[in-house]
Amino acid sequence: MAQKTAQPDVARNGGGKPSAAEHDHELLTELFRQMVLIRRFEEKCQEMYTKAKIGGFLHLYIGEEATGVGAVSALRPEDHIFTHYRDHGHAIARGLDINPLMAELFGKVTGTSKGLGGSMHFAEAEKHFWGGYAIVGSHLLLAVGVALGMKMQNKASVVMVFFGDGATNGGEFYEALNFAQLWKLPVVFVCENNLYAMGTPLEVHSSVTEIYRKACAFDMTAERVDGNDVLVMREAALRAVEHARSGQGPVLLEAMTYRFRGHSAQDTQKYRTKEDVEKYRSTDPIEVFRRTLIDDGVLTEEQARAIESRIDDQVEESVRFSEESPEPGVEWIKQSGVYAEAIAVDPPIHGE
Amino acid sequence: MPVITVREALRQALHEVMEDQSVFIIGEDIGHYGSTYGVTAGFLEQYGPDRIRDAPIAEAGIVGLAIGAAMVGMRPIAEIMSVNFSLLAFDQLFNHAAKIYSMFGGQMQVPMVLRTTNGWTQLSATHSQSFDSMFAYMPGLKVVAPATPYDMKGLLKASVADPDPVVFIEHTLMYTVKGEVPEEEYSVPIGRSNIVREGRHVTVVTYSRMVHLSLQAAEILAKEGIEVEIVDLRTLRPLDMSLSIESFKKTNRGVVVTEDWQSFGTSAEIAARLYEYGFDHLDAPIARVNFKEVPMPYSKNLELQTVVTVDRIVHAIRSVLK
Repeated sequence: MAQKTAQPDVARNGGGKPSAAEHDHELLTELFRQMVLIRRFEEKCQEMYTKAKIGGFLHLYIGEEATGVGAVSALRPEDHIFTHYRDHGHAIARGLDINPLMAELFGKVTGTSKGLGGSMHFAEAEKHFWGGYAIVGSHLLLAVGVALGMKMQNKASVVMVFFGDGATNGGEFYEALNFAQLWKLPVVFVCENNLYAMGTPLEVHSSVTEIYRKACAFDMTAERVDGNDVLVMREAALRAVEHARSGQGPVLLEAMTYRFRGHSAQDTQKYRTKEDVEKYRSTDPIEVFRRTLIDDGVLTEEQARAIESRIDDQVEESVRFSEESPEPGVEWIKQSGVYAEAIAVDPPIHGE
Repeated sequence: MPVITVREALRQALHEVMEDQSVFIIGEDIGHYGSTYGVTAGFLEQYGPDRIRDAPIAEAGIVGLAIGAAMVGMRPIAEIMSVNFSLLAFDQLFNHAAKIYSMFGGQMQVPMVLRTTNGWTQLSATHSQSFDSMFAYMPGLKVVAPATPYDMKGLLKASVADPDPVVFIEHTLMYTVKGEVPEEEYSVPIGRSNIVREGRHVTVVTYSRMVHLSLQAAEILAKEGIEVEIVDLRTLRPLDMSLSIESFKKTNRGVVVTEDWQSFGTSAEIAARLYEYGFDHLDAPIARVNFKEVPMPYSKNLELQTVVTVDRIVHAIRSVLK
């Protein structure tokens, strides 16, 4: 199996400047729009969290937008996505309407998971967006199971599963890689290496810091890419998806990226300096891509601003939609909300 | 009516459900090895490796893959060879199988079955356990533990047809137990208990292998004129206590027999329900017969003093009749 040479410095250097000119302008504009939509949605989430409109944990995707948007752009509608608790970006990239996403955060019944899941559990089965999962590394096996289902049904669908560098040390990661490679299942594993397992630095939590090399043990094709460059990410994902779809088995992509905000909204970030964060912010993937699009004549400054302005309106509308939506009813805390086919018993279970 | 073993009843059920092409079996040593307890012997040859999937020894993976496949329209039967190994899959079972339907607002279903087996025979501490109460603790799972060939077949068929995740608990010491199983097609509904012996002096509430030991105890006591009524719960979640409570209100005395540890085990929940709903009918404290609360010893001598025996059930029944 081909193993791409490690490019450990790509993320830190901000990557080689992508040439936008050779790509379809409509596609480039759409990638930009998605990245900005994620950024503005997340910023609004932080604001609503501060105002206590959103409860629980809030893990923002700010800084990592290029990874999710680039990777998901390589998928077809019949393909599948699984992701982790930092799931807002992938949901938006997959085209989930932000109104039900914001409503989910507000705990409203119009939410994408009826207000039952919250920030960590966005899902839309019809779009094959099978959800955000909050037990680190655990959902990789579900993704491999869907791939098995696809293979047994003779469908040409690919499953893309996102996880962080922190997810690659637990046993379920290794079980997932072994099953996927053993049975040549169409899975694209996308490790979003943002250099921290929550607040523990990569070199403190993993014996091998080039995560893609962990796939070598399974003879699995793997590649490390600059996840902060949306076009580089997209190209790598297209290669990986094609490999998986053609029956050659799974691929692991290690996307080098960086999270600008804390692990969650409560994170005081004692594990890194402000200078560290500022260094990455100076090569903000959205700013870099925006500049490229304007320099290469894909967008004018005015057109870019118009896109951003429409997104701001869209995000405001999602807040209004969520504020006005009703809360879920008590039917969700009865057995009928727990089982697809609840079985009534006598005497009833407490609370029925 | 033909008399067959539990093993044969399970085989019949699996053959019948395999007619549905979305059903497949995934587990350790179910194919090439020939099946640890013989339940799927010959299945690999008949159905092929695509549907009889010999898995690596990776329990989380076996259950996780089954859940994923179930989410996209398959009907997987995951086999965990021994319930002791299921601990490695509890994350998948508790955090995913039990949650996916409700946590995502009813968008997805997980129609999978996890077949596993309790049991002991000088296998010592880590190979002789029961986690019935742990499975049954979790909202979102359905848990069945049948005792007879008839119920094994009928409930396995119902479990595979069910749209929710079902844990199906067998017992290594029951595969050769015989009973009547009709030739015509049938299934047994999940969540319904059954009176397996009628009596008017005392109510025994039990399930799985303990049904058979309780029946033996009842035979012994019948010779003394003590009439024991025995309720086989068959399903642990959802727990149908209706027949047990009705019986208890008639006999006013109860014994709960379960093959697990007493503290926080299944007998604790069963006894609590009897107290809650039968308080005004209580003539004696409810007795419980369970494993002694120690890791299972290897020595035959100690093992037999740790497990539930017919003698201990007889003794418990006598104690509530005093």
